[in-house]
Amino acid sequence: MNATARLATVASRPERVGLGVMVTLSLGVIALGAGWVAGPSAAVVAAAMLATVVGLVSVAFVGGLETRRALAPYGLLKPGILWLSLFFLAPLWSMVVMSLSSKESRFDFFPSFTWEWDNYRIALTDFRPQFLRSFGYAAVATLLTILIGFPLAYVIAFRGGRYRNILLGLVVIPFFTSYLIRTLAWGNILADEGPVVSIIDGLGLQGAFESLNIMDNGKLLNTPAAVIGGLTYNFLPFMVLPIYVSLEKIDPHLIDAAMDLYSSASAAFRRIVVPLALPGIFAGSLLVFIPAAGDFVNAQFLGNPQTTMVGNSIQDQFLRQLNYPVASAMSFVLMFIITIAVLVYTKFMGTEDLA
Amino acid sequence: MSDAASPVADGANVDVIRLDQVCKRYGSFVAVDNADFSIGRGEFFAMLGPSGCGKTTTLKMIAGFEQPSSGRVLLEGVDVSTVPPHKRNVNTVFQQYALFPHMTVADNIAFGPRSKRLDEAEITKRVSDMLDVVRLSDFANRRPAQLSGGQQQRVALARALVNYPSALLLDEPLAALDLKLREAMQIELKRIQREVEITFVFVTHDQGEALTMSDRIAVMSQGVVEQIGSATDIYKRPHSLFVAGFIGSANLLPAVVAQGDSAGASFDFWGGGRITVKSGHVNADVALTPGEQVTVMLRPEHLHVSATQPAGESLSAAITDIVFQGASVRVVARLANDTEVTALVAGDGAPPFLRPDSTVWLSWGPDAPFVLDGWPSVAGATTTNVDSIEASL
Repeated sequence: MNATARLATVASRPERVGLGVMVTLSLGVIALGAGWVAGPSAAVVAAAMLATVVGLVSVAFVGGLETRRALAPYGLLKPGILWLSLFFLAPLWSMVVMSLSSKESRFDFFPSFTWEWDNYRIALTDFRPQFLRSFGYAAVATLLTILIGFPLAYVIAFRGGRYRNILLGLVVIPFFTSYLIRTLAWGNILADEGPVVSIIDGLGLQGAFESLNIMDNGKLLNTPAAVIGGLTYNFLPFMVLPIYVSLEKIDPHLIDAAMDLYSSASAAFRRIVVPLALPGIFAGSLLVFIPAAGDFVNAQFLGNPQTTMVGNSIQDQFLRQLNYPVASAMSFVLMFIITIAVLVYTKFMGTEDLA
Repeated sequence: MSDAASPVADGANVDVIRLDQVCKRYGSFVAVDNADFSIGRGEFFAMLGPSGCGKTTTLKMIAGFEQPSSGRVLLEGVDVSTVPPHKRNVNTVFQQYALFPHMTVADNIAFGPRSKRLDEAEITKRVSDMLDVVRLSDFANRRPAQLSGGQQQRVALARALVNYPSALLLDEPLAALDLKLREAMQIELKRIQREVEITFVFVTHDQGEALTMSDRIAVMSQGVVEQIGSATDIYKRPHSLFVAGFIGSANLLPAVVAQGDSAGASFDFWGGGRITVKSGHVNADVALTPGEQVTVMLRPEHLHVSATQPAGESLSAAITDIVFQGASVRVVARLANDTEVTALVAGDGAPPFLRPDSTVWLSWGPDAPFVLDGWPSVAGATTTNVDSIEASL
């Protein structure tokens, strides 16, 4: 069997070739990126990856049109997979290692891997309030974005008429300003001498707001309400857009049909519009809840030391305490809880046709 | 037809639907102009007309999606002009079916009964009965997206009929189906209507559909009901040039009155030739004073084509085109005055004298012609004029 014949045999199983090449390259990238290999062995890995690519090109060359067509999807996947391998999987691996590391002596600059499970205990006990606060704030913010975002999306989708695109543009316009700037601006708006507080004072509503736990001691800024409000404001477009997309797909005749079949307008809304908007609400909730739970900007600029979220603690452990192991462990716990929450949520919402 | 004038307690004698001088205006545009007719119990009633003629607006006023600008809509003798759709006992089959995509077939059908809060056991029974009627029992748990167009159509029917409405309103229900399926569904619809004995009000722009299925047809044009009658009525005795041209194909030949009385009349064709017509074949609004402009309608299937001049009245014409149509041959010919006419010759082959450019004689039987008032906007065959066909769609 000569080399070309052998290549042709390989080329007759293009799916395996495509998958094999993808896994090999991705592992190579992770190995290099996460620092499994260094020095001469790194050169060997790089050479092996190069050889794989050369092999792939020759298979595609020998195999002809059919083979190339079968290989195409893997080719299209490759940039994304390699990007994620280098910038997501490789760092993730580093973090796994870091979260189980410790400094053997206080003079070590860099921790080493010691199966240090205590990092996770610290993360879960010492930072328990921050975790609870993060998920609580994120949940309330998600609920608020649904309550504010649904009517907004509804009006744009069903009553927007020819202004639809302009209205959608207005929803997105805040994104033209940096997230940080917008949050800082809210600091000014909610400040003690700012417009909102003075209006509340002017109307004599301070007592009412304090009894609702929105204001604290005459202050609006640096309260939990300000943090939740900031999260709600910053993530609102992520709720409006997916809900709009699912509402926009609803044929208005469906509502006519429901009314024709003896439903009042409100019953038609409940039985037709809401169920058909669920995929949008579902997608929007994920898009809001996940980043909100890990957010630290709003708590930083709109909160106080009693409103720190887990993102702030992770940032603090990483960048100020330089306690990489505990920071990594906290990051993992956050990721784990969010994953579980999303899985449970998916199960309950039962969105078989999530767009 | 039942007698609408008798205000009897016996519900069976009251018309299911009565439109009492109904008008619908949008600003200065008159969508429906003084519609005034009744639809009886168990009737299959079609509203036929080109798009924009007001037929769908009329249907929406019966359903409750639109309110009349003036006049009254009565259901079972009760004025419902301002009653919202969910409180009217009529149901609609929408053009694109409007099935609820997130519900199974069974849940779609159960939607109406559930809105009415019927007993769940009763709902289950009704749904399964209705699935039988539309022959979809095996599809109860499918989603609408998993069904073919014809099946979706039948679900839409079942979803409306399960409520046993006073009348079922169908808005171009077959328009989304392809030709073969459409023809099969016409028969199916007719069968279902006989089975459930509910009044069907059917909106269509397809005259074939209306002629096939309906007991009576209302032909509408520009908001006005031009004529109401049975299929044969409007085909044989159209009340207006619009109806004559819109229903089936017709040769509309301009003529003037030569002489006429109660026994019959004769007319001179514009461009030569004379035709004598029996008394019943002249529309009521034609004034039989000599010189009056009229149109003689001759259906293509009533024109005989012969190579030599026949004994009675006839017109000579030059053949321009011969089209084989399976069961018949369509002959397109040009009269001496340049008017194009068509004739249908039965049989599966053209006689040898039918050749392009040959001169033939067109003749007709005594029952063929029907005379209408005024001259047509386009003289000759309605089927060969592209502009007038497009205007009617």
